Amino acid sequence: MIPELGHFALVLALCIAFAQATLPLIGVKRGNDVLMGFARPAAIAQFAFIAIAFGALAYSFAINDFTVAYVAANSNTHLPLIYRLTAVWGAHEGSLLLWVTILGCWTFAVAVFSRRLPQDVRASVLSVMAWVSIGFLLFMLLTSNPFTRQFPAPMQGRDLNPLLQDPGMVSHPPTLYMGYVGFSVAFAFAIAALIGGRLDAAWARWTRPWTTAAWLFLTVGITLGSWWSYRELGWGGWWFWDPVENASFMPWLVGTALIHSLSVTEKRGAFKSWTVLLAICAFSLSLLGTFLVRSGVLVSVHAFSEDPKRGIFILGFLSAVVGAAMLLYAVRAPLLKSDVAEVRWFSREGLLLLNNVLLVVAAGAVLLGTLYPIVLSGFDFGKISVGPPYFNTVFVPLFAPLVVLVGFAMVVRWRHGGNARDVWRRLRLPLGLAVLVGVLLPWWGVGASTLAVTAALIMALWAIFSALAEPVRRFRHHGAGWAGLARTPRGVWGMTLAHCGLGITIIGITLASAYSIRHDVSLKPGQSAEVHGYTFRLENTSQYHGPNYQANTADIAVGRDGHQYTVLHPQKRYYDGQMGNAYTEAGIDWHPTYDLYASLGDRAPDGGWSMRLYYKPFVSWIWYGGLIMGLGGALAASDRRYRLALRASARERDLAAALDPLLQS
Amino acid sequence: MRWPYLIPIGVLALIGAVLALGLRNGDPTRVPSPLINKPAPAFSVTRVFKPKQHFSRATLKGHVSVLNVWASWCVSCKDEHPVLLALADRNLVPVYGLDYKDTRAAARQWLQSRGDPYTAVGFDPDGSVGLNFGVYGVPETYVIDARGIIRRKFIGPLTPHKLNHTLIPLIERLKAQQGQTG
Repeated sequence: MIPELGHFALVLALCIAFAQATLPLIGVKRGNDVLMGFARPAAIAQFAFIAIAFGALAYSFAINDFTVAYVAANSNTHLPLIYRLTAVWGAHEGSLLLWVTILGCWTFAVAVFSRRLPQDVRASVLSVMAWVSIGFLLFMLLTSNPFTRQFPAPMQGRDLNPLLQDPGMVSHPPTLYMGYVGFSVAFAFAIAALIGGRLDAAWARWTRPWTTAAWLFLTVGITLGSWWSYRELGWGGWWFWDPVENASFMPWLVGTALIHSLSVTEKRGAFKSWTVLLAICAFSLSLLGTFLVRSGVLVSVHAFSEDPKRGIFILGFLSAVVGAAMLLYAVRAPLLKSDVAEVRWFSREGLLLLNNVLLVVAAGAVLLGTLYPIVLSGFDFGKISVGPPYFNTVFVPLFAPLVVLVGFAMVVRWRHGGNARDVWRRLRLPLGLAVLVGVLLPWWGVGASTLAVTAALIMALWAIFSALAEPVRRFRHHGAGWAGLARTPRGVWGMTLAHCGLGITIIGITLASAYSIRHDVSLKPGQSAEVHGYTFRLENTSQYHGPNYQANTADIAVGRDGHQYTVLHPQKRYYDGQMGNAYTEAGIDWHPTYDLYASLGDRAPDGGWSMRLYYKPFVSWIWYGGLIMGLGGALAASDRRYRLALRASARERDLAAALDPLLQS
Repeated sequence: MRWPYLIPIGVLALIGAVLALGLRNGDPTRVPSPLINKPAPAFSVTRVFKPKQHFSRATLKGHVSVLNVWASWCVSCKDEHPVLLALADRNLVPVYGLDYKDTRAAARQWLQSRGDPYTAVGFDPDGSVGLNFGVYGVPETYVIDARGIIRRKFIGPLTPHKLNHTLIPLIERLKAQQGQTG
């Protein structure tokens, strides 16, 4: 009964989405307030029904209703409740439901927080989002219904993919999808601007907090995913340039470009059609990511091989949505006139343009590397995979100048850039500090350095110190002190934190890549191995019985200079129902400046256990940096001037609307 | 409409074409195996049902055959099983099994309860034969010609579609070739 309710709720949500997609647009065309006003209640109702469907599936998992085929395929009576609930998005059908649910959340949020938007803008935005929702609801109902029943029900379910039985599974997919899907809001605003033919500073102010919010979720989602693969996949890596990772990274790059170009559009009224194009691209790349993951077109560690009908549907949908958007863009974008005649290179907008070019080219390079294998195999040149060598070679030279640019963010002024000597005066201290620390840090941290590492560190530290220079300046400005900091808007804090986070991540990447030390050893109980001065001694091994798995656990005492200070417990797990396949769970000792990492392999006939031991300096900085960037995004998105601006511009428009008949008469 | 504004839609069309191409060829399980068109590796193991008898490369020689690698713990082998039974019913070629990383008792019980499509089943408890064949995961199915050369490898469960449209035509072609040369 409950699964049928869920199914029915999806059908109802689809019907409402149809109405929400069409009626308000007709209203906008005809200037009919009643039809436009339909958008908000429809969005709220659509969300309610999608939430019911999601709840129904979650309930079916909670009670292990194996008559539902999807539940039987991804759950098991021994699976703990938390993983039964997260199994909702553990495979294809459910992740689509999660996608639609999150789209429903964003639509709901827009409906609720947009009360002060002009009615025509709100109606167009909600209608565009409904079109996207229609596509995904149809996809689910036609090809991938999560509520399909099967009789007779199996006695036992197949269990959730063990890789997904991890705390990372609880938080990573929803956060990532919040980011992916969140760009639909910016997309909808862009389409609304093209339909209305109106794009002004007010439009940019409305769009900015939504874009920043989506970006922050995407940042945190990617960070969590990277952290998860570090702990779970067992070979100590944290980023693989896997197609599915690339699929989330491309919208991030373009979304980052969009955030910056929106600020130019707001402050200077320039780059209008470029901003709209970026908004369309960010969301298109999110859709492309969904296509890559869901169609089985690429082989990847995330592979969910799927039937081709689904791939064809998503490709059709992708082409329809993006094609329509691009066509509209081709027709309407030439009408968006820039407010400025020329952009100087040495000005904030000039440098931001350069930032945009670099980010978009980087995204293009990732796209090329991701699609290249498809082209080759399409022409029967064989199956190849494009790996880290390509991406690292292309990516580093594009990202390095970008990091250098970060330092100028707050110093160079809009329009004329300001006095070069003034810029130098404000940046010489951060530059000096960056060089000093950049040269010393590797020696203190890991005891070695090379030219490339020093250069990368100086750039990263330059980003951090120059970002911190702004709050320091505000603190010292005319003796303002703490009051000066308190007056600093959240937007500025957000930018400071985001740029610091970027620097911290780069420090982590640089040092962890350059100075990780790996030893693959075979140890019998009592034997020990030494890695970078740390002694790993295998104390003993034991069998561990988890709720739905058996595991070999090793107790590895880690010490230095005769002092033991921790015991690692790497595991090799054998999940019930997945016999023959083993899953590693790394044992990690976290420190602020390094990780000690052990993952357990197989037992050799002579009784020795093969294991991989790592010393990884500064590796956790990669994820700290990501989280700090996310925090910066949260601060920036919650800046109160957006709310004030919303109120003010709504008043202006109301006033204009009230005056309009008077002026015309 | 000015032409630079048409660039994005052009790029989109290009990407769409690439993706469509990928979908057409997009069987992700079609990883080419280095063993294709090479002789099957030498091996010799005992059988699941008759532990005294051997199952080796010699068993496969002299006729076109299908070798299916499976295990009782493998979930998708359950889905595949009816397809193998259907293939065996046609009596085209012998269907051999290789029981991969499994126990004899579990394998026997599995075959007794679901039906046994295999002419003979080799027992590979430590997966060493599978390793030589380059097995990524079970199930996998190999088509081996009369000279003992691997002609095709299917990764993942056989479906009725693959059976009727790829596997059986291939077997018939190989048998015809065998008739000509032998």
